Amino acid sequence: MLETTTTRHNPLVDPSLHVWGWEIPVYLFVGGIVAGMMILAGIAMLRMVKGEDTRGFFSVQTPLLGFMLLNLGMLALFLDLAHPLYVWAVYLTFEPMSPMSWGSWVLIIVYGVLLVSALIRLPDAWPWLARRLPVLQRASDGILARPGLIRALAWGNIVLGVLLGIYTGILLNTMVARPLWNTTILAPLFLVSGLSAAAAMVHLATRIFPGRPAPQGMIGGALAAMVQNLGAQPPEKRTADSLVRADLGFLAVELLLIGLLIIGLLTASASHADASKLLLGGPFTLIFWGGVVAVGILVPLVLQWLELGHRIPHTVLPAALVLAGGFALRWVMVNAGQASQIVQSAGLQ
Amino acid sequence: MARLGMVIDTRKCVGCMDCVVACQTENDVPQGYCRDWITTEVRGTFPNLTMEIRSERCNHCDNPPCVHCCPTGASHVEPLGKTVQVTANRCIGCKACLSACPYGARFVNPKGYADKCTFCMHRVKEGKDPACVSVCPTHCMYFGDLDDPKSVVNELLRTRVWHTLLPEAGTKPRVFYLT
Repeated sequence: MLETTTTRHNPLVDPSLHVWGWEIPVYLFVGGIVAGMMILAGIAMLRMVKGEDTRGFFSVQTPLLGFMLLNLGMLALFLDLAHPLYVWAVYLTFEPMSPMSWGSWVLIIVYGVLLVSALIRLPDAWPWLARRLPVLQRASDGILARPGLIRALAWGNIVLGVLLGIYTGILLNTMVARPLWNTTILAPLFLVSGLSAAAAMVHLATRIFPGRPAPQGMIGGALAAMVQNLGAQPPEKRTADSLVRADLGFLAVELLLIGLLIIGLLTASASHADASKLLLGGPFTLIFWGGVVAVGILVPLVLQWLELGHRIPHTVLPAALVLAGGFALRWVMVNAGQASQIVQSAGLQ
Repeated sequence: MARLGMVIDTRKCVGCMDCVVACQTENDVPQGYCRDWITTEVRGTFPNLTMEIRSERCNHCDNPPCVHCCPTGASHVEPLGKTVQVTANRCIGCKACLSACPYGARFVNPKGYADKCTFCMHRVKEGKDPACVSVCPTHCMYFGDLDDPKSVVNELLRTRVWHTLLPEAGTKPRVFYLT
C-alpha cells in the first residue's frame, strides 16, 4: 500500500492538472482544419498546373475561409494566455527545442501563404475590392499566368500544412509528465484528423452558396469570397465525390492510428497503461468511443461509403459528424492528457 | 561553475512546514499558492509500515522539460548555479511548463506568469542559504555545489542512501532525499 498526502494546493495544478480549458481544444481543432485545407489546396493547385479543369478543385478557392478560421483559432489561443500582454515575446526568439516556438513561427508564415493563395481568386470573387485596388487584380493575374509560381505556392501550402498539422501533436507528445500524450502517434493522428475535418469543411462550404451569383457588396462579397465557388456555376458533382472519397481514406487511416494509440499505451510502461484506463473504462470512455470513434469516424465512414455507391443521397450530415468528431478528439486528448500522470514505482507494489 | 543542489534528510524531517512558511514570507508568495510543500508517504501493510516525510519543491533538473518546452526562453537555466529560473516579463502564460513538469512544481502567479522555487538565488548571491534551509529547526536540509566533491551535499550523497523523485521521468532532478 502507498498512501500519499501533500500540503500542496496550487490552483490549476491540484488535485490534478487542469491548466488548459476550452481554448486549446478549439485551437487544435481549427488549426488542424486549416492545416488540412492547405494540404488539399496545395494538391489541387498542383493538378491545376498540370492543366486539369480548375472548377473541379473547390479547395483552391477556400484559403480565405482558412484565414478566417485561423483567426478564430488564434483568438482562442490568445484568450488562453495568462500573461497576454507579453505575447510579443514569442517573436523575439526562436527556441529550437520548443514545438510551441516552431508552431508560432509556422503560424506567421501560414498567414502570409494563405493570403497570397487567396489572391488567386480574390478579385474574381470580390469585385468590390478589385475595383478599388487594381494592384490586387494585377497580382492575381500575375500569379495565374506563371505556373512556376502556382507550383511554388502549392508546395508552400503542402509543407506548411503538414508542419501546422503535426506540431500540435509533437507539442503534447514531448511532455514526459503526461503519459497519455507521450506517444509519437499523436502527431500523425492530429494530421490525419485535420485532413479529414478539412475535407468535411470544404464539402460543407460547397453547399453554402451552391451556384448563386456572387454578392457584389463589401461584406457580402467578402463572405462569398471565403467560400463561394468560382463564377456562378455550382461545384461539379465530382468535386463533392472526390472530397467524400478522400475523406473515406482519411477516416480509415485515423481509425487505424487510434487503434495503434491504444495498443501503444497498453503495451508501454505502467504509467502509459494507467493513462489508457482514462479511455478504457475511465471518465473519458463514452466521449472517446461514442463521440470520437462512433459518431466522428464509423458513422460518417458508412454514410459516405453508401453515398459514393449511390445507395443514399449526398447530404451534409457525414461532414457535420466528422467535424464534431474532430473537435471531440481534441477535447478528449487535451483533457484526458492533463488528467494522466506518472505512476510512482512504489504505488505498483 | 557551480551546479547547485539540495539534500534533505527524511529521517530528521518532522513535517513542521517551517520551510513552507519561510518561503512564502521570504519570496512574498501570493496567498493560496506555495513554492514548496510537505509530502507524507506511508508504505506497507499494518503493522509493517514505513513513513517518509519530505519537503518538496522544484528539482532544478539537469534535463528540465519546462525549459525545453518554453516558446520564449522565459524558463531558462541560469548560468550561475545552473538553476532553473523564470523571467516574468518574457513569460506569455501559455502554461506549457506547468504541463511539462512531472513534479507539479510550477503555478501561474496571479499576475499571469509562471512561478516556482528559485532556490532563493537572491539570498545565495549574498552567501546565504535558501530561506527554507536556513529556518529548518531539525537542520534536515543541506544546500551546496554538486560539482564540488568536498561540498556538504556531495559528502552526504557519498555516505548515505538517497533517492530522487520520479527518476524514471529522465529529468535528472537535483533535490536528493536521504533515507
